[in-house]
Amino acid sequence: MSILHVENLTKTYRSGGRDLTVLHGVNFTLEPGDTFSIVGPSGSGKTTLLGLCAGLDRASSGSVYLNDIRLDTLSEDQRAAVRNEHVGFIFQNFQLLPTLTALENVMVPLELRGERGAQKAAQALLDRVGLGQRGHHYPTQLSGGEQQRVSLARAFANRPKLLFADEPTGNLDADTSETVVDLLFELNREAGTTLVLVTHDLELAARTQRVIRIRGGAVVDQFVNE
Amino acid sequence: MDSPRIRPVPRPRSGTSWLFRMAWRDSRRSRQRLLLFMSAIVLGIAALVAINSFGDNLARSIDGQARELLGADLTLSWTRTPSRRTVQLARTMGRSRSYEVSFPSLVSIPKTGGVRLAQVKGLEGGFPFYGTWEVEPLAAVQTFRQASGRVALVDDALLVQLGAQPGDSVRVGTLSFLIAGRVLKTPGQAAITTTVAPTVFIPNKYLNQTGLLQRGSRIAYKYYYQFPTTTDVGAYIKTISGRLDKEGVNYDTVTARKQQTGRSFADLTKYLSLVAFVALLLGCVGVASAVQLYVKEKIASVAILRTLGASGRQALLIYLIQTALMGLLGAAIGAVLGSAVQLVLPRVFSDFLPVAVETSLSGVAIASGIGTGLLISVLFSLLPLLAIRNVSPLRTLRTSYEDDLSGRDPLRWLVYLLVLGFIVGFSYWQTRSLTLALGFTGGMAVAFGALTGLGLGLIWLVRRFFPASWSYTWRQSLANLYRPNNQTLILVTAVGLGAFLISTLYLTQGLLLNRVELSASGKQPNMVLFDIQNEQLAGVRSLVAQQKLPVLEQVPVVTMRLATINGLTPEAIRKDTSLKIPDWAMMREYRVTYRDSLISSEKLTAGKVPYQANGLPYISFEKAYLDRMHLKIGDTLTFNVQGAPVQTIVGGTREVEWNRVQPNFLVVFPSGVLEQAPQFHVLMTRVPSNEVSAVLQRELVSRFPNVSAIDLGLVLKTIDEILDQISFVIRFMALFSILTGLLVLASSVIISKYQRLRESVLLRTLGASRNQILRITALEYGLLGMLAALAGILLSLLGTWALAQFVFEVTFRPDLAPLAIVAAVVTTLTILIGVFNSREVLVRPPLEVLRNDA
Repeated sequence: MSILHVENLTKTYRSGGRDLTVLHGVNFTLEPGDTFSIVGPSGSGKTTLLGLCAGLDRASSGSVYLNDIRLDTLSEDQRAAVRNEHVGFIFQNFQLLPTLTALENVMVPLELRGERGAQKAAQALLDRVGLGQRGHHYPTQLSGGEQQRVSLARAFANRPKLLFADEPTGNLDADTSETVVDLLFELNREAGTTLVLVTHDLELAARTQRVIRIRGGAVVDQFVNE
Repeated sequence: MDSPRIRPVPRPRSGTSWLFRMAWRDSRRSRQRLLLFMSAIVLGIAALVAINSFGDNLARSIDGQARELLGADLTLSWTRTPSRRTVQLARTMGRSRSYEVSFPSLVSIPKTGGVRLAQVKGLEGGFPFYGTWEVEPLAAVQTFRQASGRVALVDDALLVQLGAQPGDSVRVGTLSFLIAGRVLKTPGQAAITTTVAPTVFIPNKYLNQTGLLQRGSRIAYKYYYQFPTTTDVGAYIKTISGRLDKEGVNYDTVTARKQQTGRSFADLTKYLSLVAFVALLLGCVGVASAVQLYVKEKIASVAILRTLGASGRQALLIYLIQTALMGLLGAAIGAVLGSAVQLVLPRVFSDFLPVAVETSLSGVAIASGIGTGLLISVLFSLLPLLAIRNVSPLRTLRTSYEDDLSGRDPLRWLVYLLVLGFIVGFSYWQTRSLTLALGFTGGMAVAFGALTGLGLGLIWLVRRFFPASWSYTWRQSLANLYRPNNQTLILVTAVGLGAFLISTLYLTQGLLLNRVELSASGKQPNMVLFDIQNEQLAGVRSLVAQQKLPVLEQVPVVTMRLATINGLTPEAIRKDTSLKIPDWAMMREYRVTYRDSLISSEKLTAGKVPYQANGLPYISFEKAYLDRMHLKIGDTLTFNVQGAPVQTIVGGTREVEWNRVQPNFLVVFPSGVLEQAPQFHVLMTRVPSNEVSAVLQRELVSRFPNVSAIDLGLVLKTIDEILDQISFVIRFMALFSILTGLLVLASSVIISKYQRLRESVLLRTLGASRNQILRITALEYGLLGMLAALAGILLSLLGTWALAQFVFEVTFRPDLAPLAIVAAVVTTLTILIGVFNSREVLVRPPLEVLRNDA
């Protein structure tokens, strides 16, 4: 049973009166627990691919099956429910809700699921990422590295089957990046989550089991790391 | 690979409580701003609650003081003496009774030489039986009731006008009376009525000796009754109402007076609540605009929530809950404020009130005010909030993504319809008239539409004719008017509506006064002498000539009543339900003149001018009046001319310009019919000054005491005073709209502060001085204020011009100087509020802002 199955995925935008195809017939399948990188230069379509795989957008043609749920036939609200149930996210610019404290940010996915004991679980996750004492701080009161660690805690809060990370170290300095990446892989291993990582950092990509390289919207190479 | 098996889609499981929690958490850092834009509805709700509470209290007070409105349990009055039997009944009815004979007459103060037309009331008995007659000194009432000597009680307004006081004497007809007291308030009478017709009360037994009770005088007779508390006056009056109706005797009971007064004031408060509603609507437009900016700032957060799994509906509800709670809070604050304001309303309205209003909190007004505030803030917020449903989670990946909000949303139309429905529904609820409700909604749509149109037009003009060669400061401030996320339209609407209200009030008042002044100018008559008896005519004419004044017009007047229409008596007409002839047409007294031609204020619309044929007079009716009577040319009418029946035929209809200062008539007879009938004359002249007017009136009082004079100068002054008082009330209500406009202005400035802060920091980083930024800000708000004021004034000029052209039919010559003052004040206020609320932009160091930004 696959956790993510991408079948002949194509995405076309209308721009300046012309059709612009940013993704051409992409195919791949991930098994539970896989770690996977999508690499490529800027504008190659890797973020578009991540968006489609995570159900943030709809493909022009082709299909995405996430945990055996076909996403392209679902409404935006149905896809939101799928995301809340099965998916975690980490973004380059953290995307924490600025009006919520660190603790409340981590609680949101749990509360959306209507789970009891959200605060306790969120606090445990913050402890796990080393921010147990910073739960009542707002994002603007945290450093970039701390914000990304809160983001990590939030991503794992709903025990996702799939974790999508978009350039997770893009806004961090080298030292902080290393800490955050170590934490990411550690948490991923502990939770047995499938990780899909979008990056242009080949060193980071080398830490995942599989890599696909895309250029101009098409897969030009895919390989398994030793 | 085989196609995977399909799993069911999970269902969202979070409940309503989470939505409230999220709304609360999310609002924490923007609560001040949310409160600020909700404050825009505070004043509107305050005005509504104040007016409706006042209305409730007034209704309660009228209810509680119903007997004081009438001063008695029952009154009977007539101008045509009824049957002997009825007079006998009137003289014996009730446990106690008071009798009053009243008519208008010139009165004078010998000490000062002042003369004025007043209502003379000859009173006997213990009136008022209920309520207090506020007279200074209090003992004067007792002195007056004993009527042991020639004493008078005189309305305060008259004493002030004629420079007299208690202890002086007042001359009524041929008699002088000692002024025993100053009347401050008579039960059931609003203060303003004494401005129009101040009263001189004299003991009834001296009335005959005044020489004023002559034929032709417009005399009214009235009895006030007090009954034992066990008597059901309503049931009693029913037993004799048929006879009283038939004989033209008016009767008034406490219940009827209460209903009539209550209805009039309910109408007044309903109309004023519409003025309050304008303030509320203006505030709501402010709310909608502020929420739109708020939504723009929240889009990133909404995208994150969507990514994490919140549905569009959930995201919308989070922000709707926020605005609804703030609306509720705003409405509650408004209700508290309104309840406080209602305490001062009895003072604002004091001149118009017939009862003392006891103020207390009105639960209904408060609850409906809060409900209205909540509903209207939700409706207006919903317009910008709907966009939240469509925010794409893709924005978390791409900041420049904007496709999601550009599509058309059919739900917006539903909200527009709901808003429209609410406005019509609310105004219907207030006025109980669908026509008025639709008219009000249409009027508001036109005013808002016109101001928006003017705002758009002005923005277009600035853009189209942008002065590229002007200095940087000017160009930057002008460009700010049409930059993205500008607040130009909302400010032009909010501030413009305030300017529109002020200048319309001013212009309309001017228009009404001009209308009367125009009539009084040139060679038009400005003094009317009436009640001149046949035998006095020559004498009055020579008196006028002695003063070297022209007799501009002299008109005979004969009073009569309708006896039959097409051979049918009033009783027969009343019984025949197929006839639509109204009762009042049969009951009223007709004042008729006779001539064979039309005068300059008349125009023939059908048939002929008055004429005689086959020995029958063919009379002329005013067209609108004949229509209201449901009669037509050719109908036969028999008039009772003071005892003698005169048969006539309707021979023609006329259109009459009633606003001309000259005697106009509903019915005109041909010459040769009424010459021998008892009649009096009206004579018109033009006096060059107040002094000549005073001399003429003094001579009239001493030589022809029953002849009355209307001085148009005094009428003008009275109208001016009344208009002043009415416009004070309207201005007081309009103040809420104007303040709301300023509040919307202040909140718009504060809400757009963040955007300005970044711009200012950028400008300062690039080398702009604080002084330059201050100048740009002041210029921008100065331009905005000026545009708004001009838009409002332009709209009010157009509106008043239309009023002048189509309703009053006078030339519109507005005095532009006060309008320039309005424009200057509005502009200055806008600059001050704009600069004051932008001070943070000017004083925050650039680095602090850049750090926070990062």
